[in-house]
Amino acid sequence: MTLELAHLHRRFAGFGALDDVSLSIAPGEFLALLGPSGSGKTTLLRILAGLDYPDSGSVHRDGEDFLATPARERRIGMVFQHYALFRHLTVVENIAFGLRVRPWRTRPSRAKIHEQVDRLLARVQLEGLGGRYPAQLSGGQRQRVALARALAVEPDMLLLDEPFGALDAQVRVTLRRWLRELHEELQLTTVFVTHDQEEALELADRVAVMNQGRIEQVGPPEQIYQQPATPFVCEFIGKVNRVELRRTGVGLAAGGWMPEGDEPWQGRYAKATAYIRPEQLSLVVPPTLPAWEARLRHVYLAGSVAHLDLYVPSLDQTLEADVASEDLSRLGLQAGRELRIAPRSAVLFPHDGSGATVDRERWIWLEPDRVHA
Amino acid sequence: MRQRVLPGFGLSLGYALAYLGLIVLLPMAALAWKATGIGLGGMLHLLSAPRTLAALRLSVGGALVAALVNVVIGLLVGWVLVRYRFPGRRLFDALVDLPFALPTAVAGIALPTLYAPNGWLGRWLEPLGIKVAYTPLGVLVAMVFVGFPFVVRTLQPVLASLERDVEEAAQSLGARRWQTFFRVILPMLAPTLLTGFSLALARAVGEYGSVIFIAGNIPMHSEIAPLLIVQKLEQFDYAGAAALGVALLLLSFALLIVVALLQRWSSRWAEASR
Repeated sequence: MTLELAHLHRRFAGFGALDDVSLSIAPGEFLALLGPSGSGKTTLLRILAGLDYPDSGSVHRDGEDFLATPARERRIGMVFQHYALFRHLTVVENIAFGLRVRPWRTRPSRAKIHEQVDRLLARVQLEGLGGRYPAQLSGGQRQRVALARALAVEPDMLLLDEPFGALDAQVRVTLRRWLRELHEELQLTTVFVTHDQEEALELADRVAVMNQGRIEQVGPPEQIYQQPATPFVCEFIGKVNRVELRRTGVGLAAGGWMPEGDEPWQGRYAKATAYIRPEQLSLVVPPTLPAWEARLRHVYLAGSVAHLDLYVPSLDQTLEADVASEDLSRLGLQAGRELRIAPRSAVLFPHDGSGATVDRERWIWLEPDRVHA
Repeated sequence: MRQRVLPGFGLSLGYALAYLGLIVLLPMAALAWKATGIGLGGMLHLLSAPRTLAALRLSVGGALVAALVNVVIGLLVGWVLVRYRFPGRRLFDALVDLPFALPTAVAGIALPTLYAPNGWLGRWLEPLGIKVAYTPLGVLVAMVFVGFPFVVRTLQPVLASLERDVEEAAQSLGARRWQTFFRVILPMLAPTLLTGFSLALARAVGEYGSVIFIAGNIPMHSEIAPLLIVQKLEQFDYAGAAALGVALLLLSFALLIVVALLQRWSSRWAEASR
């Protein structure tokens, strides 16, 4: 079952929620729709669920018009952000709901429904809580009831709207792993919406990054992280340092450092922005190589990783670097120390005449191989 | 010790109970005491009189039907006012309170103007064989009128807090619209609808001013119990009036208890979390 979304547009009063969105969803894949609030990700999910309709564009499932299929015939299981459990029904009645509302010809027998519900209760690890009402459950338990309820109708596709948004950090991580295992077991096409990039990168086979109603980039998590297609993706996914480069006699440079190698633009643009991940900054660069002179201002120890604030006078900018905690003493990193720092990799976007970045012109720059001191 | 919102549990509970006793129970006791004036035999004689029975039946039966009608109409009106956005919604919303605000006698005069055989509506209904004024149907119309705001007003806040995603969940699970309504929305509203029902019922059972004009007060046909009480009072038969009052009170009380039990059953899901 392949789902083809083509040129979807959706406008709400005053703002465009979807702007020419095309996407293909492969059978059995785990896809994350990632973006800030208002980026259109939930609208896209609701269109798939049949709870909203695009103003134009099409969705086809194996060639058949998916938009013409009413929500209740789409064979989808939807999990809502705030669970949307039926609070007047017990856990068992909630899970059985989708089976009980079927027309009598296709409705399973009472015994069958009972059996199915028991199996789902076991799957979501809620045995013994079947008689409870939603108000008597914790957030994580409610979330699992919502999931069991969605799975009960044996859907072809699972849609999850910010599934872990309302849970506390610890429960969230546990449920995330559990959902991943469930997906591996059921091989059910799953689309979930999130604004949490860590969640998207950890869970999904593929991530679609959305911004202002458009899909900025679709790809596997490594690709999204390492080869961001647009400045937005750079800044939205993980932490990133932004350095403005200007063209000098020898090429694009900033404050004493320049990316070595063959520049793809051959002098065409006067300016470019380099995005550098904190973990891609070398902190001890030999004096023979180009680098930024920096002063270490603060060290923030966060468990296994330490975040460093580095002030670079030649850029008049503070850069952030991440190092493994055990390297702190090995490299003698204490506040006040002077360092020579340089990126190991960066993503560069040139500026056009008006100063806006040109997204399609991208240079993924990697430090040339050399023997390190 | 657990902190309570109101300080002095003993004091506030004692005050509340004393107040309730003073305002509600004491007059009731006085009524019951007054009713003993005619003796048990007199009371039985009075209450078993066909005219009394007919009046009680009309008052209580009419109030039940009126409350039921109000639940249906009130749900519809409440739904429209909460869910839909249309010009004049606020004005429409304010109109709901009119039966509250209007002196009952004014309503009593307005209704016959409409429903009398030569009234605005009556003249069209009369040829169809529908007589409203001076019949039990007229009594019902007046009772519906005075009880109407109760259901709408109790329902509105609950309807507004009803999350839309619950309906969408039902839809995506394959429920048709009527299934969503009867299996999801109605059960969640049931406790509130029953509250509205009991309020409308209580109001209609004792309603006097707005009913008597349109009722025509034909004994055995369109005469309500409160009118009988007033008649007894006018004849200085205070004990008889009190006896009738007690009978009406007990009937209402029994009905309200049944409704309260139903309500408790219908909201067991909310109770469970406490």
